[in-house]
Amino acid sequence: MKIMVAVKRVVDYAVKIRVKPDKTGLETHNVKMSMNPFCEIALEEALRIKESGLALEVVAVSMGPAQCVDTLRTGLAMGADRGIHVEATGALYPLSVAKLLKALVEVENPGLLILGKQAIDDDCNQTGQMVAGLLGWPQGTFASKVVLDKENQVATVDREVDGGLETLSLDLPAVITTDLRLNQPRYATLPNIMKAKSKVIKKLTPQELKVEIRSDLEVVQVTEPPKRKAGVIVSSVDELIDKLKNEAHVI
Amino acid sequence: MQRLFSKRSLCASVFRGKRQCASFSTALLFDDTQIQFKESVAQFAQENIAPHASKIDQTNYFPKEVNLWKLMGDFNLHGITAPEKYGGLGLGYLYHCIAMEEISRASGSVGLSYGAHSNLCINQLVRNGNPAQKEKYLPKLISGEHVGALAMSEPNAGSDVVSMKCKADHVDGGYIISGNKMWCTNGPVAQTLVVYAKTNITAGSKGITAFIIEKGMPGFSTAQKLDKLGMRGSDTCELVFENCFVPEENVLGQEGKGVYVMMSGLDLERLVLAAGPLGIMQACLDVVLPYVRQREQFGRPIGEFQFIQGKLADMYTSLQSSRSYVYSVARDCDNGKVNPKDCAGVILCAAERATQVALQAIQCLGGNGYVNEYTTGRLLRDAKLYEIGAGTSEIRRMIIGRELFKEQ
Repeated sequence: MKIMVAVKRVVDYAVKIRVKPDKTGLETHNVKMSMNPFCEIALEEALRIKESGLALEVVAVSMGPAQCVDTLRTGLAMGADRGIHVEATGALYPLSVAKLLKALVEVENPGLLILGKQAIDDDCNQTGQMVAGLLGWPQGTFASKVVLDKENQVATVDREVDGGLETLSLDLPAVITTDLRLNQPRYATLPNIMKAKSKVIKKLTPQELKVEIRSDLEVVQVTEPPKRKAGVIVSSVDELIDKLKNEAHVI
Repeated sequence: MQRLFSKRSLCASVFRGKRQCASFSTALLFDDTQIQFKESVAQFAQENIAPHASKIDQTNYFPKEVNLWKLMGDFNLHGITAPEKYGGLGLGYLYHCIAMEEISRASGSVGLSYGAHSNLCINQLVRNGNPAQKEKYLPKLISGEHVGALAMSEPNAGSDVVSMKCKADHVDGGYIISGNKMWCTNGPVAQTLVVYAKTNITAGSKGITAFIIEKGMPGFSTAQKLDKLGMRGSDTCELVFENCFVPEENVLGQEGKGVYVMMSGLDLERLVLAAGPLGIMQACLDVVLPYVRQREQFGRPIGEFQFIQGKLADMYTSLQSSRSYVYSVARDCDNGKVNPKDCAGVILCAAERATQVALQAIQCLGGNGYVNEYTTGRLLRDAKLYEIGAGTSEIRRMIIGRELFKEQ
């Protein structure tokens, strides 16, 4: 079985985010970029499945500008067997990414598509669900545990829902999106970084995949969250209740 | 939405640990693989070592709850310069320096212990050991199961190391070693130690022989752990030899040739350890840059004031110029051109600048910089070691000046 993993290049999680002065988006010039942490978890899970003998190949795919190749290289250094980069400039919204992924799935025929549940830049949390819908595949989102049954071609997924865990059984092929506690991703060690140099990253364009990049959404503006105001000390319980009722409107 | 947000911030703080992100262009120094390696070690060190750094300094001990030696071994950091058949990577000093810098950036004292283990002990065995010795000692040292150390200085033989008094008398089947060794990094925790002793006390430098000592050899013991100004947690102690029998096969190199083992090893030791102060300088900027953006006085961030900007510029250029020097000499050494004056030069330059950069870092933080809650005090105390260990700045200047004078 082949596993396909989607990885996204995002502003590094440790970078303090700055909004562009013209409010069209986030400042990414001269900002450290790295693989979306949830995508790292997705890739780690695919690698573990492969290492346990349940899959033969892990293919990492990424969409976006030319620099996405760096993110794919990181993925190859972690252990993915090869990469596919769909070069697309300009904004990519979840539906476009899902359509591109569907097109790639039709070319590659993986038995499992694993994605991070969301990217830490736009927090959309839509791509996995959309691609599952487009493909007509079952989906296990927010996975915190994945068990594969190779014989029956079934994946059992524990997913984190409000108030507990939900266990799903999915017929393969299926789409899984990963939550934070699924695993702890490995580091790219030097021997693997070197091995990754000889691995192939195939370049494709949306035209080649016959996907038109367009969106019904338009970002009107991006602004910083309001600055947090200093707290006040209230003198009595009555004053607290009054403030909660009349100022904060929470009770 | 709130739930997703909380998980995201959990991801950034709890799960991966806090990580500083200031890093400067190294595109001219490194190729793609080296940059990727540097980033990977940086991530490893910031997530696994940096969170312990303050506690290691306060308690003067490595953390008990995790085995940092093993973690670094799993990452294959100990055997960068060791052959692949013993579990190493078979690579050069440039990579070793990159690892040393990033570990020292996370914790100066873990960096020093790492340097002593991976270079002073492992690399000396790689360079001078015979196949049987390598087979016996390297795999466990490289995996991090065993810790290594090296001892040359003595209570009365520091800079004048050739005047050492520790003696090894040839007896049937081996040697009897008696004497003391001082300031041995990793001494209290090491299982495998490279120790220099005199097999011929009257022959001066030509009477020195290198030995491989194992913890538990009868007659060998370690005295109390030293209470140091900085590099706390990187254990240092005195080694005591009281008629310690060492078998013949534990001679490293040849009898009487220890001084070559020692001096050639010292050149590479200085090179690799010079990456330690680089990491400390980077750590200074990691603290200072966010601070001067955040801290406001007279109604604006202090980073807007020219006095502070001047300090930032000085710190940055000290780091970047030292970095260029260290890595260009590392590249030379990888190409087989080991020049003693440049090996002394890189650590002289980087170490003295690191102390100055750490002082500037304290000054940028003002009152906070003088408080131990902030890391700058530790960085200063750690940095100072590099002006003393592996030959003092004075000895380094002597080597450089002497070489320059001799060259025609």
